[in-house]
Amino acid sequence: MIAFGCTLVRRDFTFDAAFESAALITGLIGPSGSGKTTLVNLIAGLLTPSRGRIAIGGTVLTDTERGIMLPPHLRGVGLVFQDALLFPHLSVHRNLTYARDVGRVSAGSISFDAVTGVLGIGHLLDRAPHTLSGGERQRIAIGRALLASPRILLMDEPLASLDSARKFEILTLIEHMRDEFSIPILYVSHAREEVARLASVVVKLDHGRVEGVGPTSGVLD
Amino acid sequence: MPTFSPAEWQAIALSLKVASVATLVSLPLGIAAAYLLARGRFPGRTLLDGFIHLPLIVPPVVTGYALLILFGRRGPIGAFLESHLGLVFSFRWTGAALAAGVMSFPLLVRPIRLALEQIDRRLEQAASTLGAPPWKVFATITLPLALPGILAGFVLAFAKALGEFGATITFVSNIPGETQTIPAAIYAYTETPGGDGGALRLALVSVALAMAALLASELLTRWSRPGRENAP
Repeated sequence: MIAFGCTLVRRDFTFDAAFESAALITGLIGPSGSGKTTLVNLIAGLLTPSRGRIAIGGTVLTDTERGIMLPPHLRGVGLVFQDALLFPHLSVHRNLTYARDVGRVSAGSISFDAVTGVLGIGHLLDRAPHTLSGGERQRIAIGRALLASPRILLMDEPLASLDSARKFEILTLIEHMRDEFSIPILYVSHAREEVARLASVVVKLDHGRVEGVGPTSGVLD
Repeated sequence: MPTFSPAEWQAIALSLKVASVATLVSLPLGIAAAYLLARGRFPGRTLLDGFIHLPLIVPPVVTGYALLILFGRRGPIGAFLESHLGLVFSFRWTGAALAAGVMSFPLLVRPIRLALEQIDRRLEQAASTLGAPPWKVFATITLPLALPGILAGFVLAFAKALGEFGATITFVSNIPGETQTIPAAIYAYTETPGGDGGALRLALVSVALAMAALLASELLTRWSRPGRENAP
């Protein structure tokens, strides 16, 4: 359950969006400059809203009225970027175990073997990130975020830099992931076919405002 | 292979000691200064930048004189350090190390700052969303990624510290066995009748040390580069 409502005023841009979604995969769609990444950064705690409230599954991450602003490392919000942003000085294995190595990953969390199994990355563990293909890097990035056992996974245009064969492959993986781990996902894209395939609820954003929220078929048509 | 007199060995050993201590003590300060300059947004940042680079531009004798005023036994900082920590700089090798550290500081800071500025901040953001508190992000992401710059700065500063002359001789004079580093010994030789041989020998040593340091810096940078960038 995502409950989001934030206002962020900038000199050249006002972001003012609110929505709720209980879907396992929520799609966030909108043209570039519509505020998608702002929304992602607000949830991840990388941006502080002028005012607003963000709660995931009943846990309040941001609430300006009550003075709550959890720092990013305490939010349990997993983030997958367009470019995988693997740590270039660490092996694939160390990238995957980063969350476990630096912090507290709660018990009963997602197992390493399950993640490498579902993502099909077991054979890449000893490689260095710069030797991987784009699709492989993106799979490692997803695995790295999953292994932090996040409350929610934010995927910001995860397929944008991949060719269509890789796109298909990763889309299928995300569906497996959804079924296997049941972590809520906010899937951000400007590509309606991706969102249509994955999401059951879609939020449509434009000019920093929500233009529509609802079941995928209704909003996208 | 030239043969060195005991006095020359003494100057070489002292130079290495002074430069090592100067650079090792400066390193954490250099990383902190580079971080402030690369990431800090505070009033006076440009002023701090200028202040750090000052020893590179002003005549070394001015830096030496400033050290003498501040860190001499009667200087405000020098007197404080002597009475509270028993640390004396004037006419000691520690003073030579201080002068070398101050003079080489800009060369230490610059490559580290450039390396920090090149780091994709989103890597640090990614680390924080994975549960790393800020200091762990710094230790596990920022510092290792800046390592080539840190090594380059360290070696450059070391080479500069080995060659420091003007500020050193102004601040702590030219005392054999205490403050007479290689450049100071060369200077003393050139002032002494028949000192040409010694001056030449030590001059060759400083060229060799400087070359070795520059090569080391280059090799370290190359060694730490491959695999650090994301392939296209």
